[in-house]
Amino acid sequence: MDDQIRHVLAEHARLAVDVGDVGDDADLYQAGMTSHASVNVMLALEDAFDIEFPEHMLRKRTFESVANIRTALQELRNGSG
Amino acid sequence: MADGAVAFRDELFSAGLLIETGVDGLYGRSQIFESVVEAIDRLATLAGAHHRATVVRFPPIMPRAVFEQTDYLRSFPDLTGSIHTFRGDDREHARLLARLDRGEDWTASLTPAAAVLCSAACHPLYPTITGRLPAGGRVFDVYGYCFRHEPATDPTRMIAFRMREFVHVGDPDDAEEHRDQWITRATDLMAGLGLAVEAVVANDPFFGRLGTMLANNQRDEALKYEIVTPIAGERPTAIVSCNLHRDHFGGPFEIETADGAVAHSACVGFGVERIALALLRTHGLDPDHWPAAVTGRLWP
Repeated sequence: MDDQIRHVLAEHARLAVDVGDVGDDADLYQAGMTSHASVNVMLALEDAFDIEFPEHMLRKRTFESVANIRTALQELRNGSG
Repeated sequence: MADGAVAFRDELFSAGLLIETGVDGLYGRSQIFESVVEAIDRLATLAGAHHRATVVRFPPIMPRAVFEQTDYLRSFPDLTGSIHTFRGDDREHARLLARLDRGEDWTASLTPAAAVLCSAACHPLYPTITGRLPAGGRVFDVYGYCFRHEPATDPTRMIAFRMREFVHVGDPDDAEEHRDQWITRATDLMAGLGLAVEAVVANDPFFGRLGTMLANNQRDEALKYEIVTPIAGERPTAIVSCNLHRDHFGGPFEIETADGAVAHSACVGFGVERIALALLRTHGLDPDHWPAAVTGRLWP
């Protein structure tokens, strides 16, 4: 899952640094991801994992770090999102 | 009570303050309505006099390329107004007229022009200030008609309306201070006109699911404040907005602070028609009978 998340980030997050150098808990917005880029990340994650983020997850926090994205995806897969 | 808004619009039509065109959101303005708008404009000028702002006025249309750079299409595709025109030959002209005569869609004969309608009065400003700003940044005074395609029977939601703005461009801290000071200043200004106002955190009507996320982000970061007052809709209506753009314009339009960093911007925007409508709703349809404390401020 982490590889796929990082692949999506590399394609869509437009980070100022290499995604491989970003820690699990590092703030992606601090690393250069804009609000609009985070929307593209959201869409790409939905395609990659064949899920749909519900409205309450459409917040900056959800996409703030690799760890947060992983937590959100796991919640959706477990049907608790 | 959406009906309250419709009833208010009917009153405005009957009194001749707004002039019906047959299209919701598109109205003529009477001499009295315009005299109120002009008074609000003067009041805004006085309230922002300390800025010694650079005054610039643009037509209500702007270059298509600039519009694309504002990213408006990403956030508000449903509000945009694109200008199209006829560029065909005699044969194509004949086809256009034939379509028109048959009641068909003649706009298929049109192609995009180099301009679009302005969505915000400040949009045409940014490409004109690309480059390095002086220390302390700059403040601009802009005023103009805006187009947003959200037709409604509520007269406060017009598709063509004017926005008077003071835009600060400079350091992040100064931009935020500009926004914050205007929240207080504009709230006091509107309260001084006898309007029951409140400053609230708000979000723009971003489009679609992506819009939900942008709106949540905007609220989480409290980038936008609106000064709202009850007019005729179910909920209070925004009459002034105070916005922190961060680097949303400084980035794409390559505006730099004196130190060479990406400039941040912020603006206060007075919705002059909405303020006029709030006054007409609150104090009555005849300004001659408004409280002296209000007219004294509008027409000193």
